[in-house]
Amino acid sequence: MAFDSLTDKLSNIFKRLRGQARITESNIDEMLKEIRIALLEADVNFKVVKNFLENVKQKAIGQDVVGKINPSQLIVKIVHDEIVDLLGGTDCELNVKKSPSTIMLVGLQGTGKTTTAAKLANFLKNKQKKKVLLTACDVYRPAAIDQLGQLAKSIGVDMFTMGTSVSPVEISLKAKQKAIDEDYDVVIIDTAGRLSIDEQLMEELTLIKKAVNPEEVFFLVDSASGQDTYNTANIFNEKVGLTGFIMSKFDGDARGGSALSIRYLTHLPIKFIGVGEKVGDLDIFHPDRMADRILGMGDVVTLVEKAQEQFDEKEAKKTVNKMLNGSFNLDDMLAQMKQVNKLGSLGGILKLIPGMPKITPEQQAYAEKEMRTFEIVINSMTKEERQHPEILKFSRKQRICLGSGKTMQDINKVLKKYEQSKQMMEQMAKMRKNGGGGFPGNFPGGGFPGGGFPGNFPGGFGR
Amino acid sequence: MGLISFLKEKFSKKDNGKYNNGLEKSRSAFSKKLNDLGKKYKKVNEDYFSELEEILIEADVGVNLTLQTIDELLTKAKKEKINDYEELNSALIDILFSNYTNDTDLPTEINFDGDLPTVALIVGVNGVGKTTSIAKLANRYKNAGKKVLLVAGDTFRAGATEQLALWGDRLGLDVIVGKENSDPSSVVYDGVYKAVKENYDLVLVDTAGRLQNKNNLMMELEKIKRVIGKLVPNGPQETFLILDATTGQNGVVQAKAFNEVTKITGVVITKMDGTSKGGIILAIKNELNIPVRFIGLGEKMDDLEIFDLEKYLYGLCIGE
Ligand SMILES: Nc1nc2c(ncn2[C@@H]2O[C@H](COP(=O)(O)OP(=O)(O)OP(=O)(O)O)[C@@H](O)[C@H]2O)c(=O)[nH]1
Ligand SMILES: [Mg+2]
Repeated sequence: MAFDSLTDKLSNIFKRLRGQARITESNIDEMLKEIRIALLEADVNFKVVKNFLENVKQKAIGQDVVGKINPSQLIVKIVHDEIVDLLGGTDCELNVKKSPSTIMLVGLQGTGKTTTAAKLANFLKNKQKKKVLLTACDVYRPAAIDQLGQLAKSIGVDMFTMGTSVSPVEISLKAKQKAIDEDYDVVIIDTAGRLSIDEQLMEELTLIKKAVNPEEVFFLVDSASGQDTYNTANIFNEKVGLTGFIMSKFDGDARGGSALSIRYLTHLPIKFIGVGEKVGDLDIFHPDRMADRILGMGDVVTLVEKAQEQFDEKEAKKTVNKMLNGSFNLDDMLAQMKQVNKLGSLGGILKLIPGMPKITPEQQAYAEKEMRTFEIVINSMTKEERQHPEILKFSRKQRICLGSGKTMQDINKVLKKYEQSKQMMEQMAKMRKNGGGGFPGNFPGGGFPGGGFPGNFPGGFGR
Repeated sequence: MGLISFLKEKFSKKDNGKYNNGLEKSRSAFSKKLNDLGKKYKKVNEDYFSELEEILIEADVGVNLTLQTIDELLTKAKKEKINDYEELNSALIDILFSNYTNDTDLPTEINFDGDLPTVALIVGVNGVGKTTSIAKLANRYKNAGKKVLLVAGDTFRAGATEQLALWGDRLGLDVIVGKENSDPSSVVYDGVYKAVKENYDLVLVDTAGRLQNKNNLMMELEKIKRVIGKLVPNGPQETFLILDATTGQNGVVQAKAFNEVTKITGVVITKMDGTSKGGIILAIKNELNIPVRFIGLGEKMDDLEIFDLEKYLYGLCIGE
């Protein structure tokens, strides 16, 4: 990961600087070059990087590195803190005190306005008990209204539409009137995606804004967007006037450097991040995590949170207990493999940990296939066989072969895996008895081939 | 530098009004800068190169490829004693051009051969323009006299099926749709089955947008691909990755991931009517050798052009 390489590269530079006690004008340039590349690779805008590095330079020069165990980490920390500083605090406060309040969503095509409108409606309805009116002002994209309508229905809020032959300005006006008449708390206006150079459509936004006088105007930023986000956000802000940003598709693996660009440019808050396709997938923006991500440092906090969500704790505890008292059987193994596979299918999160081995889609597929085979084989056994696999002799195996349609080899594989898992657990139990600390966070490598899958989760993970 | 005059000649044929209009806005920023560059610095000097670096990086070409290109240009300039900006610009295009083509003929149009239908699988992350590009491709090949079938393989996103169905209506083409939330590969199977039985020439398969780091969704795509292969042994003959022109460096990651799961035969770069420097396509070609096939220039069904590298680079570097 880039973080490793950035720290490594900086370390190498420091090695060459051995003997120099301070970071100076002359020795910092080489370091700045590496930082610059890291930021550009994360899609931070070129101009922003330039100014940003100037600040870092001022902060770093004169810093005493003598006696510092790891001066490269010192520099990374300066950069990191500077990014956090620029990104501002966490701010997910929505200006919706007045009734009705209006929130308007704007941005380029395909950035996630409609989905985010639904997510906000869901958030306001459930977390703040607001009566929300979703308003369909995208009259251009085919079936955009259908999309919003289906989403509105799924979260149980009303949608206002006048079809596609009425102007968005009129629709938004009528929506606001309806909200006043019928006591809605919040009107959320979904607008069509548009290019910032499309004068006519940009004018339309200005008119909608004038008509409904919204409390909030959010610009959607795709997390994977590149250098031009800076210019686009600038034009939208100048022409329409924004109150904040929402970053979409944050569950991808883009480094999201445009967050830094838009903050640098406007100092407006980044209110939320979109972390999935479902209406509940809206999250609070954390500047420190964002800084980690821009620097490629691996968002470990997010990882642990996500993993915990996926992980069935009760199930895990049960398995742990069984492991420890030695009553682990084939059913337990299957349950455990399923858990590990679930984690594997999160795929991306493993990439968040620097230095974590990557699972390729092939490995994942293999693991899933293996698990299916295991499942079929184990389901063809009697209860007794599953709980006491040691009774499985040739004739029983032969029967399972016939019943499951699997080969003898498959069945032996299952049993071998079971033996291995059991052995590993016995060792762990011993370690624990000898005072080896809490649960080792070491899951027997369920299902994943060649030890490729890290059966090794960061400590404390299995809580 | 024969290239520039070759390009100029090619351009002046005026067979490309639409393309010009579409690209005009987006290219002008880049080319204006390059021209300013030339005017500002009569002699080759460091400033020229640092400004060139800015231009390329701001076009999302990426640091690596930018530095590599500048390196090559510097070497060439020194060797050939170039110190005139126009020659330098032309040498720049030369380098970009030959690095991209690598002396091979690159495909653009969809190839039709054999008796079975050509199946084109359309993939990409969310919101890049997959469904719209399908409408555009359908329009293009329908007008070329092909019998075209659309398959609504996005059974996940709200309104996705309706969106493709509406395009089908407008185009007067058949659309195969499944039940809501049904398995996409079963819809695809039905579609391709019909296409084989009823002798369609081209099947365009829409898929749900998916982020490339979601393994389960990528596996779903692999399954769709396998299902197609059952009915059309060498299918899908084409798998297009749709890429938004505003995509940053993650574009290469996207291309890599999708290419691993379903061999990508080409990129369609969309929204090039916007700001669109779209430099990530150069990085993708450079790293993965995946060529751009088509270019999207708007939201209407005829806003699609064959990707023409000469024009693209000319527009990018020279403009008017
Ligand atoms: N300006 C412009 N807009 C485009 C272009 N291609 C697509 N769009 C717009 O981008 C938006 C998203 O397009 P879709 O075709 O729905 O994208 P998709 O990839 O199918 O989206 P999902 O299925 O939600 O992942 C729509 O508003 C399209 O009109 C293009 O070349 N230029
Ligand atoms: Mg679509």
